[in-house]
Amino acid sequence: MSTLSERILNAPAGEYVDRKVDRAFACDGTGMLALEAWKNMGASHLAGETEFHIFFDHIAPANNTTAATLQHELREFAKSSFMNFSDVGGGICHQLMGEGIVLPGEIVIGADSHSVTLGAFGAFATGVGATDMAAIWLTGETWLRVPASVGIHLEGRFAGAAEAKDLALAYVGELGTDGATYQALEFIGDGAKDLSIDERMVLSNLSIEAGAKAGLFYADDITVRYLRERGHTVKPQLPESCTYTKDIEFDLSDIVPLVAVPHRVDTVKPVDELAGLPLDQVFIGTCTNGRYSDLARLARIVKGKKVAVRTIVVPASASVLIQAIRTGVLADIVEAGCTVGTPGCGPCLGAHMGVLGEEEVCLSTANRNFKNRMGVGGEIYLSSVATAAASALEGEITAPEVA
Amino acid sequence: MQGEGRAICLPADIDTDVVIAGRYLRTKDRSIWASHVFEDLDPGLAHRLKGAIIVAGKNFGCGSSREQAAIAIKEAGVVAVIAPTFARIFFRNAINVGLPLIEADLDCTDGSLIKFNLAQGIVEVSGNRHKVRTLSPRMQEILGAGGLVEYWRKHR
Repeated sequence: MSTLSERILNAPAGEYVDRKVDRAFACDGTGMLALEAWKNMGASHLAGETEFHIFFDHIAPANNTTAATLQHELREFAKSSFMNFSDVGGGICHQLMGEGIVLPGEIVIGADSHSVTLGAFGAFATGVGATDMAAIWLTGETWLRVPASVGIHLEGRFAGAAEAKDLALAYVGELGTDGATYQALEFIGDGAKDLSIDERMVLSNLSIEAGAKAGLFYADDITVRYLRERGHTVKPQLPESCTYTKDIEFDLSDIVPLVAVPHRVDTVKPVDELAGLPLDQVFIGTCTNGRYSDLARLARIVKGKKVAVRTIVVPASASVLIQAIRTGVLADIVEAGCTVGTPGCGPCLGAHMGVLGEEEVCLSTANRNFKNRMGVGGEIYLSSVATAAASALEGEITAPEVA
Repeated sequence: MQGEGRAICLPADIDTDVVIAGRYLRTKDRSIWASHVFEDLDPGLAHRLKGAIIVAGKNFGCGSSREQAAIAIKEAGVVAVIAPTFARIFFRNAINVGLPLIEADLDCTDGSLIKFNLAQGIVEVSGNRHKVRTLSPRMQEILGAGGLVEYWRKHR
């Protein structure tokens, strides 16, 4: 009996395998390095059977001449080599791959660490660096060590103001930043069945923050329905009994709003312990929490009120932005005093659109709070959307009210 | 593959943002990465790395997939990195750019002489021998070629 990773990779944990990659994607940052490596390999054309994608999301639009020039070169390559190409404003690679591209059972490799997000669809999705990506462009294959898996057993439903992000911070806190190194996470149990695709993507997204190679959900009726709405007919994946290296259990009704404090994602505290901490910036967005359901939740909390601190909102994709415009969610957000940026990664990696000043404090819905990540001397706290929204209204860390 | 160098001790959980900050990523000039490597940890460290072997705590290279982190360490002249565990993307990136990694939990004293033989899985610290886990045959092959670019130039 096998874990889902073992089934998809068709080999037992611990074995080194060469596998054809179904879908491979890179972004503006890793793509330019991959292109250089690919040229240096002496390559002239792309491998045949893999679907290739390039997404401009990390520093898009470009913030200076150097970035713009490098992006120009990559854009021309993507077009001339007939890769699927998403330009400035299209959105974040992981979000777009999750809007009806990645299917259950596929092997998906992204040149970005948060590629694990796509495990939400029952795919084996993991991140690599630029040169590994270049080799996939060349061969359509990569080598992998089949991971053993940690079982994250979920029961119950969220109660109170807690949401998927709080559960994600809870499991990273429990496992630690290297608790699942070289391993995959599998999210299973009755509690997993009730989670929406958006919630699953949040939980898969944070698996890299525990060092995991992948974070998988079994495709079920919710996955089948989501993909059917996007034109795909897929079958659910039925779990087999299997052995995990470690089993962790969470009752979702016990989860409370949490905050990860600088400079580690695994240092989490209940939001109540940090209440009153003054903020200079609130950031809502990223591949963790920039989806339509996140923007709608933000709007519900801030509608008719005014934020007390600069609040930057960055939709994860153009379709998220369009939906927020059509439903009026965006107007509510902007009327409340938030500002909205181009769909993409926004200030998450500290390159543009909301870099922190020295000693400034940001509450962010992103997934990393490493030292100096959003600017030298700035401090990053991580939370859910509800906590970020409630805190934006007060200008200090504030526990969210029960919806 | 064999090598030797003087130890530089670093803590656990060094993330790739600390190895090379996001603000230096948008260039292809490797000397820029080398001169700013570990800047947010210790601004003077970049200039002490030539010929050094980094001996770090667990989970070295966690976080972002940025290959510039492995390139910066190599370009700064580091001979090898030793740690009890590495984050997996950094592990692949380092091998792919030709930077040797050794999984070992060693007591570290700055400046001690370290010698290693990767094929035999041996590390010698100030004359004391330690048997360590060897890299997979594929990784040894990639490293032996000088990195994944050179590997594929040869194998195509």
